[in-house]
Amino acid sequence: MAFLEVKGITKVFGGLVAVDNVTFHVDRGEIVSIIGPNGAGKTTVFNMLTGVYEIDQGEIIFDGKPIHNHAPQEIVKAGISRTFQNIRLFPNLRVIENVLVGTHIHTKYNFFSSLFRTPRFQEEEAQLTVKAIEILESIGLGDQVNNYARNLPYGDQRKIEIARAIATDARIILLDEPAAGMNPQESEELLRFIRELRDKGYTIILIEHDMSVVMNISDRIYVIDHGKQIAEGLPAEIASNEQVIEAYLGGVKKDA
Amino acid sequence: MTKLNEKKTEGTGFIFQMESFLDKYKLPVCIAGAALLLAVPAFGFSQYLMRIFIMIGIYSILGMGLNILTGYTGLVSLGHAGFFAIGAYTSSLLMLRLNVPFLAAMICAACLTGAVGLLLGLPSLRLSGSYLTIVTLGFGEIVKMIIVNWDAVTNGTLGLKNIPKPAFFGVSMTLANNGLYYTMLIMVFLVAVASMAIIRSNTGRAFQAIKEDEMAATMMGIRTMRYKVLAFVISAFITGIAGAFYATLVGFIDANSFTFDVSTLIISVVIVGGMGTMRGMFLGAALLIAFPEVSRSLMEYRFVVYGLLLVVMMRFRPQGLLGWKSQMPYKLSKRAKALLAGKNEPAQTANG
Repeated sequence: MAFLEVKGITKVFGGLVAVDNVTFHVDRGEIVSIIGPNGAGKTTVFNMLTGVYEIDQGEIIFDGKPIHNHAPQEIVKAGISRTFQNIRLFPNLRVIENVLVGTHIHTKYNFFSSLFRTPRFQEEEAQLTVKAIEILESIGLGDQVNNYARNLPYGDQRKIEIARAIATDARIILLDEPAAGMNPQESEELLRFIRELRDKGYTIILIEHDMSVVMNISDRIYVIDHGKQIAEGLPAEIASNEQVIEAYLGGVKKDA
Repeated sequence: MTKLNEKKTEGTGFIFQMESFLDKYKLPVCIAGAALLLAVPAFGFSQYLMRIFIMIGIYSILGMGLNILTGYTGLVSLGHAGFFAIGAYTSSLLMLRLNVPFLAAMICAACLTGAVGLLLGLPSLRLSGSYLTIVTLGFGEIVKMIIVNWDAVTNGTLGLKNIPKPAFFGVSMTLANNGLYYTMLIMVFLVAVASMAIIRSNTGRAFQAIKEDEMAATMMGIRTMRYKVLAFVISAFITGIAGAFYATLVGFIDANSFTFDVSTLIISVVIVGGMGTMRGMFLGAALLIAFPEVSRSLMEYRFVVYGLLLVVMMRFRPQGLLGWKSQMPYKLSKRAKALLAGKNEPAQTANG
């Protein structure tokens, strides 16, 4: 059984079927991309996976357990974390505090032990701090620990979002257009970074527009258009799939 | 990793200079400050002045209470006079009717106020922004109306008089023997320490994350609803403490002690001092309480000037007078430093 199984999920907003019967699966340690033109429903799929939206039909099974229509907090706790298409850091908090917020879900000390600064609190808080610093160093932002998130360049802010997702002890990380707004050099670096994450054992689902990123990095690709799944396969297969080309370029055959 | 604390924080400006100075001489500055505060009664100020100092202390506590809710969690309340009143009335009634000693009465009052904060916090599950603020505004008015109309308990418009002063070990704390002043110092200290402890923890980070971006906070697994209600409870609890102490200071309370003006004054303390900072609460309280007193010569124009000053401040320094973000490195606990050093050592020897 696959690590994450998505079976026929559907989301309807009023009369609009935003996501229509989409099915896919992700195995442990894979990088899977979901691509499609603007408005195809990719981010809606992410929102359904992370519990932001309830699903109208279908099932999502993660590690053998159904997680659809659970609260976002439970899904994070189960081990799925995400980044956002428009960066959503906590801009006025320090970089390290942003990552520490990611550790919130697995913090065990309670309110009163923090109020009275019990040894348990001190020990756990110190461990969390070290963990946050280690995560930041592992992604090359060790020198920005003290800085405020809003002061960092765009590419680094993206990385902090990923660091924050890692800090939740997620096993699957959903990246929503991580290369958006990056120059070729930055997205090259991002590619390397995502591969490193995979090599560390994370499973990654990626939404992306940038074809060079998608084709380079994905183990498998799913293509969505107008909420419907139109293709799936290896990058090479997708690149030559006529339906996909049509969806992206709009009726190649007719013009030709 | 060892270089962590030398690494850059952006500032070299005035604030950075001042903060690093304060950090370097932390101990002497604290001792001098504490000595000064403890020695205030020795300067022989009049009871009128001592009373103003105590009021500044009370409004510092009120500021710290509201700050948890508004400054850190981002929920604006215009009804804190309601919590203030509940704290004052509960503790006064316990002292007057049941002869409960001050400390016990104050704790009961704070707990009850916290419980009411829980009730008021529940609508915040559904409301946000200005809508929530309007609910809190309504709450303040409801409390006032209950005080006026529930004669059997609150003595209605006549108010409660002869509220006893706190007594510890048989010694009554009054303005004359400076007992009230020292009680105030202790309470301000305890509330400040507790607030800091809450802010610098998991809970405080959750509060700030909710203020910064509630959606992102949810996706990090923070139970935002629970934490918003918790912020209400903590804020109300602290405000209840201030209420209990206020009642015993003034000795007489009625519904007019807790008007909407009081709510706006509390939120002004937070805004003028600097939202989301502790230091700001003390300055905010000192300025806003002292101003009407020192400007008595302006007669009826003083509140015009007062209002004007607030407007000018909002135009030129909306973050509050002391509302800067610290430019010092993130404070690592000793334990965290030890852990970091421990992890670092094997790596270094391997390199060397």
